[in-house]
Amino acid sequence: MIPASFEYVRAESVDHAVSLLQEHGEEAKLLAGGHSLLPLMKLRLAQPGVLIDIGRLGDLANIRDDGDMVSIGALTHHAQIEHSPLLRQECPVVSHTAGQVGDLQVRHRGTIGGSVAHGDSASDLPTVLLAVDAVMVAHGPEGTREIPASDFFTGFWETALTDVELLTTIKVPKLPNAGWSYQKFNRRAQDWAIVGAVAVKNGTTRVGLTNMGSIPLRATAVEAALQAGASLSDAAAVAAEGTNAPADVNGSAAYREHLARVLVRRALEEAGS
Amino acid sequence: MAIAVVNRRIEVTVNGKAHVDEVEPRTLLIQYLREKLDLTGSHVGCDTSNCGACTVLLDGVSVKSCTVLAVQADECAVTTIEGLADGDTFHPVQQGFVEKHGLQCGYCTPGMIMAAVSLLDENPHPTEQEIREGIEGNLCRCTGYKNIVDAIQWAAENS
Repeated sequence: MIPASFEYVRAESVDHAVSLLQEHGEEAKLLAGGHSLLPLMKLRLAQPGVLIDIGRLGDLANIRDDGDMVSIGALTHHAQIEHSPLLRQECPVVSHTAGQVGDLQVRHRGTIGGSVAHGDSASDLPTVLLAVDAVMVAHGPEGTREIPASDFFTGFWETALTDVELLTTIKVPKLPNAGWSYQKFNRRAQDWAIVGAVAVKNGTTRVGLTNMGSIPLRATAVEAALQAGASLSDAAAVAAEGTNAPADVNGSAAYREHLARVLVRRALEEAGS
Repeated sequence: MAIAVVNRRIEVTVNGKAHVDEVEPRTLLIQYLREKLDLTGSHVGCDTSNCGACTVLLDGVSVKSCTVLAVQADECAVTTIEGLADGDTFHPVQQGFVEKHGLQCGYCTPGMIMAAVSLLDENPHPTEQEIREGIEGNLCRCTGYKNIVDAIQWAAENS
């Protein structure tokens, strides 16, 4: 399968990428590692007229200490995140989860920024970024703005990024002492999560759900139950409240709701909530 | 909207040999390797980045070349199964597949070997579990994986 024809331009800098976005408007899509976009283009589910290749903007492919946060450049590959000593120390739920994405080849090529900007609620990292209160940094014609993860994911494959903005950095808080767990259920090791659940315990416990709606979700009912003193299993029992699970070849909505309850319980137990 | 498609000049070093070519931007790396360079050792299996038959090394790490554009490989080094042996001497992973009979029909083998080369480069002495997880991106429909895992283990012990 070959994608439909497109014009290919290579961005030389972040500002250049933004000016190319302005020039080409909604015809354009940004290409990073291509592991979300190219499969869609091959299936003709996406047919951008112009691909703006940002894959060589090396400044965006690093992980650095940023005070009480760790800044992850948008072009950082999943494999780099998985093996980053800094992230393994300061925010291990993120490095661990990066290692759960796809398979080794996909992690060599796929980027955190691509995954996040693609906005697929079946992706692992967006849920974790939501649970740790990550901050997305976007660069556009007006300059740079920071978008909290809780405001970033707006719909199925939709985010708060405008047509002329580029996601440059994902900032995650340092949580070296937090309890954490990411539970992913799928049939084949390399597949997307049928359902995923994250728990992060840092004083209070944050719980997130993968593939239980059109966007990554916080399991707010579970969080509230824990706050009110519920046992882990009682709290996990309300994991499907407020969700809108999809039904597809991998399972019905009811099956996903069951998985959410089971995986949230396991995540809470492993996180020591 | 009419799209002004302009072919793009790429310079790619494949198995140590420099190539300069004009490609349509939508050309996939696997397509470029097989159809332009006639390197047909890398296979197209699923064509959806699931099966791993098209795995090659791009700047030293394993990638699925059905999900990489040839223009993305511009100024990069690609290694395919054809570039792995040193003359008549097999790479240890290739030899491991011989020693342990790590194949049946052979369709997945080039991709499986390239994935294993990358895995052992990152983790020279993997456990059996680490090998199984390391090749999760490569599907074999014949062997049940047992001999493949043994072959990679052999390579790790004989490199």
